[in-house]
Amino acid sequence: MRMTKALALMALATLAGTPAWAQKSAAVQSIEEYRAMLQDGNPSELFEAKGEALWKQKRGPKNASLEQCDLGKGPGVFKGVFVELPRYFADTGRVQDMESRLLTCMETLQGFKAAEIAATPFGKGEQNNVTALATWLAAESRDMKLKLPQSHPQEKVFYEVGKRLFFQRGGPHDFSCASCHGQDNTRIRLQDLPNLTKNSGDGVGFAAWPAYRVSNGQMWGMQQRLNDCYRQQRFPYPGFGSDATIALATYLGVNSQGSASVAPAIKR
Amino acid sequence: MKKQHKITLSLLAAAAALAGCVAAPSSVDLDRLTADIVKKSFRDQGIVKVSVLDTDETNRVCSAADVAGKPLEADIAKKIEEANLKAVKWPSDGKFLGDWKEGEKLAQSGRGLTWTDEATTPNGGNCYNCHQITKAEISFGTIGPSLYNYGKLRGVTDPNAPAAKAIVEYTWGKLWNTRAYNACSNMPRFGHAGLLDEQQLKDLMALLLDPKSPVNQ
Repeated sequence: MRMTKALALMALATLAGTPAWAQKSAAVQSIEEYRAMLQDGNPSELFEAKGEALWKQKRGPKNASLEQCDLGKGPGVFKGVFVELPRYFADTGRVQDMESRLLTCMETLQGFKAAEIAATPFGKGEQNNVTALATWLAAESRDMKLKLPQSHPQEKVFYEVGKRLFFQRGGPHDFSCASCHGQDNTRIRLQDLPNLTKNSGDGVGFAAWPAYRVSNGQMWGMQQRLNDCYRQQRFPYPGFGSDATIALATYLGVNSQGSASVAPAIKR
Repeated sequence: MKKQHKITLSLLAAAAALAGCVAAPSSVDLDRLTADIVKKSFRDQGIVKVSVLDTDETNRVCSAADVAGKPLEADIAKKIEEANLKAVKWPSDGKFLGDWKEGEKLAQSGRGLTWTDEATTPNGGNCYNCHQITKAEISFGTIGPSLYNYGKLRGVTDPNAPAAKAIVEYTWGKLWNTRAYNACSNMPRFGHAGLLDEQQLKDLMALLLDPKSPVNQ
């Protein structure tokens, strides 16, 4: 928010003396230039390196690595798994996204308590490790096209539940996800909003997370992205890895099927 | 968690078995399952209680139409609008306009009622998040229509004149409860939901309708 304001002021300064009709496009243009500048050197690389090291490192009560973790394409396969999540896992009997599946592996292979990590706030303790792992795993699928499986009945059910969550109006402001993400070419203040009810294209929306956020210097996974959307929507707190967040991610991912994932991305 | 999930799964399996095949769950099943998942997934945090999700018929009907991808039937939309219009409270002293300067401050603020806000955080109007309002503020959203020259374009030269009565009342009603005029509008119901009080709404009214407001320059 502070960043938006600063940008607006920058844009305003640049604009002094330009005709009114040119303001909108020039303001948007300067934002785009700023975003292009950000692409040089994405700090997410630091999180990728940390994630890769964590994958191989023997840790936890069982002093084991995550190298036998099954993320959907068999134990130990880490290339290309990111673009096929969320998916149904027979061993847990659940549809899981990257982050909730990592918790499963950290519990079964390393002996951590998944529920404890899920209850840890973002940016604290093992949550930071989950984010780093998800960032590295996203990078291992960079530029691949999203192809979430929809063959298991539970995967289809989660898509349908996710759609209902997306359009759920509630809270004091009557907001739903669709209030901001249900139309083409709109913005909040100067921030462009993708239309998430359909395929929003390569590297947009679902295909851009995890991402490094310059405005607060934090690396965010999809779980934190959805969590903060719900916060701004004035909804109550969605549990980390809860079925609501996974169903919503399934809806967003399937809608973007075929688009290239650019994660880990960089955001304002 | 896992146990509850298995119960949900077996219910779905039972529903499928009753249907006599591996039929996909019906829309009603999915609505029920969604409600169940919402109940298990969300928790209270800070000032936000899960009870804020217990919403009213207006929202339920609009959400269902959105899921179906179809606009509301005209008669249902009309019923919702009538019910919401009935719930509009008009200014207790009959005065509609306050101070546009205070209105501008409210329009700028997007604070209040998130789980990172305090109970004492004053609610903003969030107006610039979605609308262009004054010409000076170039950081505005585009989800709602531009409100620049709102009063001027509607011919309001004296908000107290009888000629302005209809547009003044409509604007108050729209701010109090937007669903009275557009059943499934995206705009919050600022008065109806208690987001802003009567004086704050008057200040926003002045921002939009006072000929001296920068909106109408």
